[in-house]
Amino acid sequence: MLPALTIENLTKTYDNGFQALKGISLTVAQGDFYALLGPNGAGKSTTIGILCSLVNKSAGRVQVFDADIDVDFPAAKKYIGIVPQEFNFNIFEKPFDIIANQGGYYGMPRALAEERAEKYLKALGIWDKRDTPSRALSGGMKRRLMIARALVHEPKLLILDEPTAGVDIEMRRSMWEFLKRINAEGTTIILTTHYLEEAEALCRHVGIINHGEIVENTSIRELLRQLQREVFILDCVDALPADFAIEGFVTRRMDDHCLEVEVEKGQAINQVFASLDRQGVQIASMRNRANRLEEMFVKLVEGAA
Amino acid sequence: MNSTEKYNAYMTIVRKEVRRYMRIWTQTLLPSAITMSLYFIIFGSLIGSRIGEMGGFTYMQFVVPGLIMMAIVTNSYANVVSSFYGAKFNHSVEELLVSPTPNYIVLLGYVTGGVTRGLLVAIVVTLVSLFFTHLHIHNIWVVIAIVLLTSTLFSLAGFINAVYANSFDDISIVPTFVLTPLTYLGGVFYSMDLLPDFWAAVSRLNPLVYVVNAFRYGVLGVSDVSQGFAFGMLALFTGVAFFYCMHLLNTGKRLRQ
Repeated sequence: MLPALTIENLTKTYDNGFQALKGISLTVAQGDFYALLGPNGAGKSTTIGILCSLVNKSAGRVQVFDADIDVDFPAAKKYIGIVPQEFNFNIFEKPFDIIANQGGYYGMPRALAEERAEKYLKALGIWDKRDTPSRALSGGMKRRLMIARALVHEPKLLILDEPTAGVDIEMRRSMWEFLKRINAEGTTIILTTHYLEEAEALCRHVGIINHGEIVENTSIRELLRQLQREVFILDCVDALPADFAIEGFVTRRMDDHCLEVEVEKGQAINQVFASLDRQGVQIASMRNRANRLEEMFVKLVEGAA
Repeated sequence: MNSTEKYNAYMTIVRKEVRRYMRIWTQTLLPSAITMSLYFIIFGSLIGSRIGEMGGFTYMQFVVPGLIMMAIVTNSYANVVSSFYGAKFNHSVEELLVSPTPNYIVLLGYVTGGVTRGLLVAIVVTLVSLFFTHLHIHNIWVVIAIVLLTSTLFSLAGFINAVYANSFDDISIVPTFVLTPLTYLGGVFYSMDLLPDFWAAVSRLNPLVYVVNAFRYGVLGVSDVSQGFAFGMLALFTGVAFFYCMHLLNTGKRLRQ
């Protein structure tokens, strides 16, 4: 089966001489949910800009399904739906017109474009705002409007550049559910985000880009396996004993009812619970101190710096 | 894209453009009607009655074709430059750039928007002029051809201005400092015969002279310049402007990074 996206030795040098991409290569399989991560200025948006023709590449090859962008860019564009980082619609236009017009730009007859506009405005929960000037929409609604617009031609590859930036938690969760659903229905999704818990919750594979180079390209599971140490926070039912300790583990007492425990790779967390049990400490809840992927991300990016 | 898809994309751009200027008709259609009415009253009725005949016609009849053409030039130019620059400014032009719509369809869509606004304003101004004078059409085909060519040329010019503009100030520089002076000095209000030889020769470097005179020929049957030369120059300018616009779109200059 053809990959959804193949990038080979892609480079981009801007007119001012800045080399944003230094020959990156990556492949995204059909049906994948792929996270493209990296710090600000790493080259994520440049890569996405090249895929949707807003940035001209300097060298390299890009193929979207069976369409090479140097041979048939219009065919490649038909496969792609793009949700950019910045709002890029006319704020004086109404959501319904914005989406129906976008359908027209993809060659759809007006009746079909309007049908799709209704379908996706409803799916994203902003149908009741269809005739409201888009400048009057909230930030979250504007984000959903851009997702609906990107889907109007029902692309096989959806690219989202920080789609949940500035969106409240409830709306972010509902967007996650929507993205999971369309991914399950067969749409390949590439996502950039600074919320690493978002990548961990949604994506199966991850590419980490830094200073214009891919520093990691693997599955999320494999990436997390590389973690050497995890820190857990334990909330206790009663106050901890004064002489409390767990042999073989580094612990930190946060307050009378809260404890941090470091678990090194190879250590079993059961030992922690066994020790706690022996000392009569009852645990009410347990959680990771920090996002695991974030820890790995910082390590990789700092390592490449 | 197949031809049906291209047609759908073209009609989408045209529909959007027409709806845009119709929605703000008080800013796009009405001002020309008011401005031209004032020209007709002041230059046609008040001052014109004291000037007498020009080129064998009353002064009012003489200036009407030039004023109609002035409205077409400014409106077709203004429509494309403001609409396309606006799309660049709010980044909504990216909706088109990321789509498979071919560049020539994008250009034709915007130009058609400019041409239709130019035609609409021309009809409004012509209707207003009928309150002041009687008009007869000498050659309808010349009128149609010159109106279409002129509105196309200035729509293309507006597109070029929009691509290069960095601010809303930049889209008013050309109309204010280039188009308006060239139009006023293009024989709208006087015949070339009135100018000294030197200034008459200089005036012939002004492309608006050919636009105004060719249209005047279509309406009144009189002109200061050869029709063949006027049409030839207009077609040449339009062709050059079209290919330059396509060059800008194909290279993505100031549109893509």
